[in-house]
Amino acid sequence: MTNVNLPGFLRSGLRRQVTAILTTFLVAAGLAGCGQPTNHSRAVFVLIDISSDYAGELDKAETLSNYLLANLNTGDSLAVAFIDNSSFTERNIIARATFDHRPSVTSQQKRVFNAEVTAFTEGFRVPSHHSDITGGVLLATDYLHGVDAGERYLFILSDLHEDLPPWLKRDMAVNLSEVQVVAMNVKRQRSDNNNPRAYQQRLANWQQQVEQSGGSWRLLNDMARLESAVALR
Amino acid sequence: MFTDILTIWSDSPGLSLAIWLVISITLLYAGRPHAHQLLRSTGRAIYGSFRVASSSIRQLEQRVINRNRDVLLAAGREQAEKAIERDFNRVNAIVERDLSQYPGLHRKLAETLEKIENDYHECTGNAPLPPAWSELMDTIASLPGSGDPAVQNILDNIKDVVENSHEETLKAYQQDTNERHKILKAMQPEWRTLNGTMKKVEQTITGLEDRSRTIDRQMAEYESMRKAEDRAVNALTSSSLTQFFIASLVLVIAAFGGIINFHLIALPMSEMVGGASYIGAVRTSDIAALVIIMVEITMGLFLLEALQITRLFPVISSMDDRMRKRMAIAAFTILVIFASIEASLAYMRDLLALDREALTQSLAGTAVAEAQFRWIPSIGQLMLGFILPFALAFVGIPLESFIHSLRTVLGLVALAGLRALRLALRLVGGMASHLSRMLISLYDLFIMVPLSIERMVRYRRETAPQAIAEAAEQREPEQAPEQKEATPKARAARPARTKRPGKEPETYQTDDMPLTTGEV
Repeated sequence: MTNVNLPGFLRSGLRRQVTAILTTFLVAAGLAGCGQPTNHSRAVFVLIDISSDYAGELDKAETLSNYLLANLNTGDSLAVAFIDNSSFTERNIIARATFDHRPSVTSQQKRVFNAEVTAFTEGFRVPSHHSDITGGVLLATDYLHGVDAGERYLFILSDLHEDLPPWLKRDMAVNLSEVQVVAMNVKRQRSDNNNPRAYQQRLANWQQQVEQSGGSWRLLNDMARLESAVALR
Repeated sequence: MFTDILTIWSDSPGLSLAIWLVISITLLYAGRPHAHQLLRSTGRAIYGSFRVASSSIRQLEQRVINRNRDVLLAAGREQAEKAIERDFNRVNAIVERDLSQYPGLHRKLAETLEKIENDYHECTGNAPLPPAWSELMDTIASLPGSGDPAVQNILDNIKDVVENSHEETLKAYQQDTNERHKILKAMQPEWRTLNGTMKKVEQTITGLEDRSRTIDRQMAEYESMRKAEDRAVNALTSSSLTQFFIASLVLVIAAFGGIINFHLIALPMSEMVGGASYIGAVRTSDIAALVIIMVEITMGLFLLEALQITRLFPVISSMDDRMRKRMAIAAFTILVIFASIEASLAYMRDLLALDREALTQSLAGTAVAEAQFRWIPSIGQLMLGFILPFALAFVGIPLESFIHSLRTVLGLVALAGLRALRLALRLVGGMASHLSRMLISLYDLFIMVPLSIERMVRYRRETAPQAIAEAAEQREPEQAPEQKEATPKARAARPARTKRPGKEPETYQTDDMPLTTGEV
């Protein structure tokens, strides 16, 4: 090793430069360490049951859709689909949108979205005979996991009474990890009046199914408490 | 566990407790000198250490006081130098502006005076009407008529000639008088000019006199600062604290202005940089809005610095005038551009808010109401967006005062902290000393029974030889006088002999922990 004798001012200048570079490096490293990329966007999927037992509750679906449109911001995603005889198809999706990063464009997208949902509810005539809820949940999970979002919500507007056609196979695992499932306005059927335990059992089964699939379960029957109960950030 | 240990001697808790008590008292009595030594030395050590720490802090406090004084005086001197320099510049400006024209003024005065003098001479140059004319007229008029028409005719002719001459002379006199009046009338503006010029000179001289009085006062203050007089230091401290509070107040107001400015441009910034991107936990649009405000403040600082209103950056102050002027123009231009951007953003915010409100109303299912006079808040936001950057640009002035006065305030706060710490250390030291003494007393209180026995035994030991000696004196009264004389001496010496070195610890019971030389 050769010992280089540098002049005093050069040594001090060199030291200062080295200190500055090290400081910059440390600050940059600190910033890089602090700034873990956090995804703040949200993805919401709404399932609306249009079976004959539940088709009369479509106005609730519109209320929920409007609430979500008012609360979601730029960069968030929203989709609305209906549950009928066979729900795991693209035609079940009424409207979907990932809002632009510009607020003005987002407002325009929300207007279009709202118009599509309104058109569906106004044009709805024939309810379905069966209700393929699991198919709808599968459709929702595909959408929710396909969107790059930090928070994922699945709202189900249904009586949660699954009535599958005989040709459908739905005995498969559903991936609901990191999805918050909110069952809304779970309407009681006539048979539930005779046997309330069946209603409770149905809710418990769905909760168990959701939690076993990795999701979290919430029940919200009173739509008036929507704002306080569904606290979207 | 505790019960097991308690009842180790007997099944009766009372008896067992008594045995434990006896054992503990015996042990404590046996270890009494060491325990006392331990407590006393610990108390003294804590007391001494805290005293030493306190004196160190006192030295530090003194250094802080000196530092504060130096900082204050340096700042005050600098300020006074600036003020004196400014006043000298003003004097220079007055001298250059007014007194540089003094030769011209003097020439003008001299010319005016000369003209007035000439006019005056012209006024007094012509002789007045000779008084002989009137006498001649009277003489001719009083001549008696001889009756001869020729003579009469001659006399009439003479009279006419004389009268004509008199009239001509009178006319010439009147004309001359009129001319003199005209000259005097023409002198009036010259007098006024002279009066005005003299007033101007008087004002200039008076202004200079006032300025010189101000300079004298400032020089006296400067002298006081140079001598580092307490009066000057107190005045500077008070002034600095006042400056600190005023500057803080203005900065708080500016901070509120900045917050309003931020909210004015944060929403529309998301149109430019996107509303969905984040840096850490903060929206990029918010950071962009903050950056714009910070850049505006920075440009304001540079502008004030280039105009030499503030002196925060020595690099800018040391630039030549041309460079500073260019820098001021550049900073002002950037400020205007940013203000225009902010104004447009503020207007856009209003549009976005309007659009959002309409969307919310349509989602709620209510009819979108057409608000009247909606243009008033729009124009208001537009103007606010343009004005706020300029208002924030002036934050440099209170910032400079704040920074300068902060040094003094921080010094005072540090001083107060050191004083409080010193007081706390002294209190804790004193309490430790008192606590050690209290523990020693408590210790002795706990073992008071064996101590009382010890005291009794000692008393008997001390009193027994005296009683024997007194009995011996009574039995041997026939002893020699010299022996009798020696007895008091022996008595006096006896107690000294009976005092054994081993009994010395009695003294520390009354010892009130005297300080060592070092501690004193």
